[in-house]
Amino acid sequence: MTSEKRGGRGPIAATISVLGEILITLGLILALFVVYSLWWTNVIADRHEKKAGQEVRHEWAQQPQVPARGLDTKDGIGFLHVPAMGKNYEVLVKKGTSTKVLNEGVAGYYTKPVAAAMPWDSTGNFTMAAHRDGHGAKFHNINKIHVGDPIVFESKDTWYVYKVYKILDQTSKYNVHVTDQVPKESGKKKPGRYITLTTCTPVYTSRYRYIVWGELVRTQKVDPQRTPPAELS
Amino acid sequence: MYGWIWRHLPGNAWVRASLSLVLVLAVVYLLFQYIFPWAEPLLPFNDVTVDNGMAAVR
Repeated sequence: MTSEKRGGRGPIAATISVLGEILITLGLILALFVVYSLWWTNVIADRHEKKAGQEVRHEWAQQPQVPARGLDTKDGIGFLHVPAMGKNYEVLVKKGTSTKVLNEGVAGYYTKPVAAAMPWDSTGNFTMAAHRDGHGAKFHNINKIHVGDPIVFESKDTWYVYKVYKILDQTSKYNVHVTDQVPKESGKKKPGRYITLTTCTPVYTSRYRYIVWGELVRTQKVDPQRTPPAELS
Repeated sequence: MYGWIWRHLPGNAWVRASLSLVLVLAVVYLLFQYIFPWAEPLLPFNDVTVDNGMAAVR
């Protein structure tokens, strides 16, 4: 098997052979890309989110230097708990929905095109987005949320308990009105304290957006042991 | 292509096989660390926000 013998196969055979190898290589690279987007980005993002979440909890534990409410938006304003997406499910919520923020495996609250209201505001819509697949895939199981399920946001000093009242399982990605302060598409006409989760759908694509709307039911002060509200137990 | 690389690696078959493995791992590392993170935002698989179509949230 010397190179002279191989060269003797003729230029056409040699060209086809190289072409075939290139095609096989491209196929392998695409397969690796799937592994990367659906597995590796989760590993990286979960690690990042866990660390960032621990830092926020650590900051909270250091009374009372940190402002009581989530003014410290750089590190995250609190945690979102959704029992329907898994027992002990929690995700850190940070400012912004840029690719950079969301790729850290967190949920980001909207700053544009429509800025989110904060849970502690007297009225408004607390809107956020997170990845459906890859980069933590924090909203992967959003389809397991049903009307009536609780969504709880945990800030430094308060549990905000929301109840899901409307789900839109498919809408255009240009439908920015779902994040309006009064989300009319969900049937609401008056200002209230709402929460909106957005992610992409169907899974593994970005063709449409999946929307879950909730409304504040009650709030509960965080006690020194950070006992979770009844909805989470 | 792969035949050419194989013939230009030094040593006997075992050494060549180990070197090939190192090369493959180096390529995978480059892909995961640099090329895929660069390519991913250019591909329309992972947009999760609503926007007004002007890439305002990217």
